[in-house]
Amino acid sequence: MTIQALWIAFQTIVLREIRRFTRIWPQTLLPPAVTMTLYFIIFGNLIGSRIGDMGGYDYMQFIVPGLIMMAVITNSYANVVSSFFSMKFQRSIEELLVSPVPNWTILAGYVAGGMARGLSIGLIVTLLSLAFTQLSIHNLPMVVITVFLTSALFSLGGFINAMLATKFDDISIVPTFVLTPLTYLGGVFYSIDLLPAFWQGASMINPILYMVNGFRYGILGVSDVNPFISLGMIVVFIVLLAAVALRMLARGKGIRH
Amino acid sequence: MTFALEIEGLEKSYGDGFRALKGIDLKVREGDFFALLGPNGAGKSTTLGIVSSLVNKSGGKVRVFGHDIDTDLSGAKLNLGVVPQEFNFNQFEKVIDIVTTQAGYYGIPLKQARVSAEKYLRKLGLWDKRDTPSRMLSGGMKRRLMIARALVHEPRLLILDEPTAGVDIELRRSMWQFLEEMSRQGTTIILTTHYLEEAEALCRNIAIIDHGEIIRHTSKRELLQQLNVETFVLDTEQLMDSAPELDGFRSSLNEDGALEVDVEKGQSLNSLFVELERQGIKVVSMRTKANRLEELFVRMVEDNARAAENGSGVKA
Repeated sequence: MTIQALWIAFQTIVLREIRRFTRIWPQTLLPPAVTMTLYFIIFGNLIGSRIGDMGGYDYMQFIVPGLIMMAVITNSYANVVSSFFSMKFQRSIEELLVSPVPNWTILAGYVAGGMARGLSIGLIVTLLSLAFTQLSIHNLPMVVITVFLTSALFSLGGFINAMLATKFDDISIVPTFVLTPLTYLGGVFYSIDLLPAFWQGASMINPILYMVNGFRYGILGVSDVNPFISLGMIVVFIVLLAAVALRMLARGKGIRH
Repeated sequence: MTFALEIEGLEKSYGDGFRALKGIDLKVREGDFFALLGPNGAGKSTTLGIVSSLVNKSGGKVRVFGHDIDTDLSGAKLNLGVVPQEFNFNQFEKVIDIVTTQAGYYGIPLKQARVSAEKYLRKLGLWDKRDTPSRMLSGGMKRRLMIARALVHEPRLLILDEPTAGVDIELRRSMWQFLEEMSRQGTTIILTTHYLEEAEALCRNIAIIDHGEIIRHTSKRELLQQLNVETFVLDTEQLMDSAPELDGFRSSLNEDGALEVDVEKGQSLNSLFVELERQGIKVVSMRTKANRLEELFVRMVEDNARAAENGSGVKA
């Protein structure tokens, strides 16, 4: 395929993904907006006002970057895992498999589709947060790079999960039992300085801690970890997961007999 | 001579040791209307699945218009349109979106894709349904949608796996007309079908596959010449309890109580009627049983099964 044809194929996959999640917006765009608004009201306003400062900022300001990141992570992942698994389940993935689209373009298209939803919801949550607190951005490039890379990373994770899944239960196991606990324990609601030394150390092996803190550094200028180490770790994970996903596609894991 | 499809020594084995394809060879000329026939589980869909990249092969070569799927998969796929046996489109998408999206996967710009989609949706009687979610279509419409989707990038080789399964007779005939028109316009067509009447009506060349091996690969005309027995169904004035002994002819009663008589090549129908007259059997009406290709197909598959039991396969 020519570069122009590849670009059209990539756009087709991305637009198809965008069309999908906007068509079912009450399932995709609305729930995170409602959930995050409840977080802002309950944790930020009601409870947060009694907690006081954290990391030099009031509690609402402290949790906003983490909540935005949580929305981006879960939705980037959810979009790819549910869309790709549905295609496998309905066998409409065969439309792509019989076409000349190379595997890397298929992967890039799905990741971009996941990012489109993750970042759209990130933007919605950011706009909602402005109703509760003021946000001043400390380092815009850091904010943009961190949120884009994190969204790409979890889109890749969703893709691998969908490739491995054989039934619908399989696509909810990782989000429920891995992503949610790691996100809650990844410093969204607290600074790890509050934890005993052992749990501080244990938190350092949680990759989501680095992403939340990298993003928080971009917005507030404070972080529990070096933000550049955060970026480096995200890039390493992206390369690893992309290699795994491409290998699975080449072998036709779960999609070719 | 240009071949639309060349298959050499194609093998497919599964992890449990089952050999679905045992080194088959097949050539389909450009412009041909070709039927791949065989009983369930013979290897038809596996063969077509490998050609269309839905199944990984275990060995052998496949070339589509000279493009080897091992070294130039993209070139092979660009020349190929596939209509699978099972519905495999997104049930929630609109008809027009399914077809234009497929065009996009082939690198066709949206404007051009819409023109091509309209052309085929109109030809297949689906243009009025373009904004309907695909799950709302009838079974026949869904089959036609898959044909429109396979054609939107104007492939030179169209593969159809059981295209008229579950389709009523009227629609089947209209789909035949459409496929004949595609064939006249130069598209090479390969189909698998359980309706052997379909293969007899449409195809010029035929291969029969059984137990992962090609047992015949020849022209339809040549194949039909091998058929030396034709069965006639006779409705008689009086119902019979058992088939009469007809001198020189094999006869039986079918489920409906009608008399079936086998007439071999060289035997005269006149002598059959003389014999019937001699026995006082009056015939009210007469027709041929099923289609000729079906009879031949059944015999070949049975012969192959017998040969396999005896340890020697039948090879064309």
